Amino acid sequence: MQLWLIPILPLAGFAINGLFGRRFSKSLVNVFAIGSVLLSFAWVVKTLAGLGDISGTHLEHYFTWIQSGALNIGCDFAIDRLTAVMLLVVTGVGSLIHIYAIGYMAHEGGYYRFFAYLNLFMFFMLVLVLGASYLVLFVGWEGVGLCSYLLIGFYFDKQFATNAGNKAFIVNRIGDFGFSLAMFLIFVNFKSLDFATVFQAAPGMSEATLTTIGLLLLVGACGKSAQLPLYVWLPDAMAGPTPVSALIHAATMVTAGVYMTARSWVIYTHAPVAMNVIAIMGVVTAFFAATIGLAQNDIKKVFAYSTVSQLGYMFIGVGSGAFGAGIFHVVTHAFFKALLFLGAGSVIHALAGEQDMRNMGGLRSKIPITFWTMMCAAVAISGVPPFSGFFSKDAILAAAYEKTPWIYWLGVFTAGLTAFYIFRAMFLTFFGNYRGKAHPHESPPVMWIPLAILALLSLGGGFIPVPEFLREVFHAPPEGPANYTLMGISVAAGLVGIFLAWLMYWFKPSMAESFAERVGIFYKLVYNKYFVDEIYGVAIVRPIVEGSRVLLWKVVDVSGIDGLANGIATWCRGVGGVLRRIQSGNIRSYATWVLFGSVMLIVAMGLAEGLAR
Amino acid sequence: MPLNQVPLSWFLILSAALFAIGVAGFLFRRNIITVFMSIELMLNAVNLSFIAFSYQNKQVNGHLLAFFVMVVAAAEAAVGLAIILTVFKNRATLNIDEMDSMKD
Repeated sequence: MQLWLIPILPLAGFAINGLFGRRFSKSLVNVFAIGSVLLSFAWVVKTLAGLGDISGTHLEHYFTWIQSGALNIGCDFAIDRLTAVMLLVVTGVGSLIHIYAIGYMAHEGGYYRFFAYLNLFMFFMLVLVLGASYLVLFVGWEGVGLCSYLLIGFYFDKQFATNAGNKAFIVNRIGDFGFSLAMFLIFVNFKSLDFATVFQAAPGMSEATLTTIGLLLLVGACGKSAQLPLYVWLPDAMAGPTPVSALIHAATMVTAGVYMTARSWVIYTHAPVAMNVIAIMGVVTAFFAATIGLAQNDIKKVFAYSTVSQLGYMFIGVGSGAFGAGIFHVVTHAFFKALLFLGAGSVIHALAGEQDMRNMGGLRSKIPITFWTMMCAAVAISGVPPFSGFFSKDAILAAAYEKTPWIYWLGVFTAGLTAFYIFRAMFLTFFGNYRGKAHPHESPPVMWIPLAILALLSLGGGFIPVPEFLREVFHAPPEGPANYTLMGISVAAGLVGIFLAWLMYWFKPSMAESFAERVGIFYKLVYNKYFVDEIYGVAIVRPIVEGSRVLLWKVVDVSGIDGLANGIATWCRGVGGVLRRIQSGNIRSYATWVLFGSVMLIVAMGLAEGLAR
Repeated sequence: MPLNQVPLSWFLILSAALFAIGVAGFLFRRNIITVFMSIELMLNAVNLSFIAFSYQNKQVNGHLLAFFVMVVAAAEAAVGLAIILTVFKNRATLNIDEMDSMKD
């Protein structure tokens, strides 16, 4: 089926634009960057059409990558229904965002560099979802992390952007450390890293082993998918250009952790403790991030915390055994969250860089297309039926209710918070009077056409039967009858959230301030993001930095390692200073030394013979 | 006294004496040509002990080595004299103590 063509096309785009893009005109850069991703999307569609209903796994072996003792790792790509869903989302949404970026980046410097990185990201993301073993997946995993770092720090002349890039990279290292340990443990126990081999042998393993592997994999997923306690990098990652936030930090890369845990479903179903940890981590993150989202003023920060929160929902689904529902939410979230970010980008573009919602307002009539498309995403994420978010969130919450009711109730409450902060952002941005100074203008068609397509997908995406399609992959039992009471409760929570947002930010705007004053401490806590960054700074970063500076640098490095190296050098120089006097250039003095040496040798030999006798 | 009745030690003493004279000449004379001749003297002293041992032990190896040394000495004389000639042409001196330009 030539699966390798899918990732290779964006890689070619990266190579061409990366090497020669500086000399290309912008339209030529567009041809290679967007063309390669569109071709990749077309190839995905053609491949899937060729495979028909994709029962089982279609594996392609290209070459042996690593062969050492028992370790045999091939460069293998595989496609099954789970991969098919991810491929369509990555290349489909990816293509739309690439097209959007033509308009968004039109006035920015480093145009070719931006698209080269974006193409490189597509390559690694496709390797990640196509890889047929943990190590090939890990190649993509690390690669997307690298591209994320490069694109967060895209405005590298701004200190906060480079800092945010470093933060993302370093926090992800913690997660990747857990992932690496998990891979070592898998190899020790299964003698292989191939998905097929591992999952076949997994049911026979002890529960303790599988739980350890599952929890270590979860550490990796936690870093990549921005879950507690490693979520701190994602809000800062908004320093990158908005299409990057949409593509990498909302629609695709951050869902890699969900994909990986869903891919390892055999391990998790045999490790119930790890499953529970996933579900609890998911719901706590969802709730925690949603509360922070309530009080943010930067439009991108609201959506960033919303992303963290929605990723939490996906983990609730995975942790409740509803892997299909988790992936379903990945898909719908890719639609509506990409749309929210792109819409936010359109707003920012219209206001010439303004991101603070306090300086917006009343934009509904000035940029109507952006408003209406974002409204589609807002109703979708709020769980209003029959739009996409309703279906996926409901599937997750129903599964959570069957397993652990308290997770369901916290999830429902969070759904209300979600609806509230999203509509708060919508009311602050689009309703009321315009409070800014810039002159808003609607975005060009190259930007709003992707918005419109995503809006249609956000509205209708719920009717794509993703969980039904994935049932075979996860060996899930057929779904029971729908519980309309539960459905009604979660819909009601969303509607209440929307109503409260309407009440506080449009109907009677003074209510928000008086309410914030009444719950002063809580508001301050939330406004300052629970001081998590500050706590991490004091508890973790400072001790490491100071310990490195004082102990490792001043003591170990300067006096220990440098002392040793410099000491040896000084000693050598001293010895050399004495010995160089021998090199006088006088032949007869050399001859004298030769004579002296020979005489000493003869004397020594004579003595040795005498002693031996 | 016929040659085969001369004891080996006499040859060795003569060889050692010649070698010592060569060493002394090499170390203490300043003229390059004298130094050069001292080297030849040392080579021939060694040759003498080779031949003496070879004769004593009735083995041909010593003769072989002696011829070998003579060939090398001849080649060395040719090259060495050429060098000395060039040095004299360039520096108008044969004092070995002034030939130290490779020191620095």
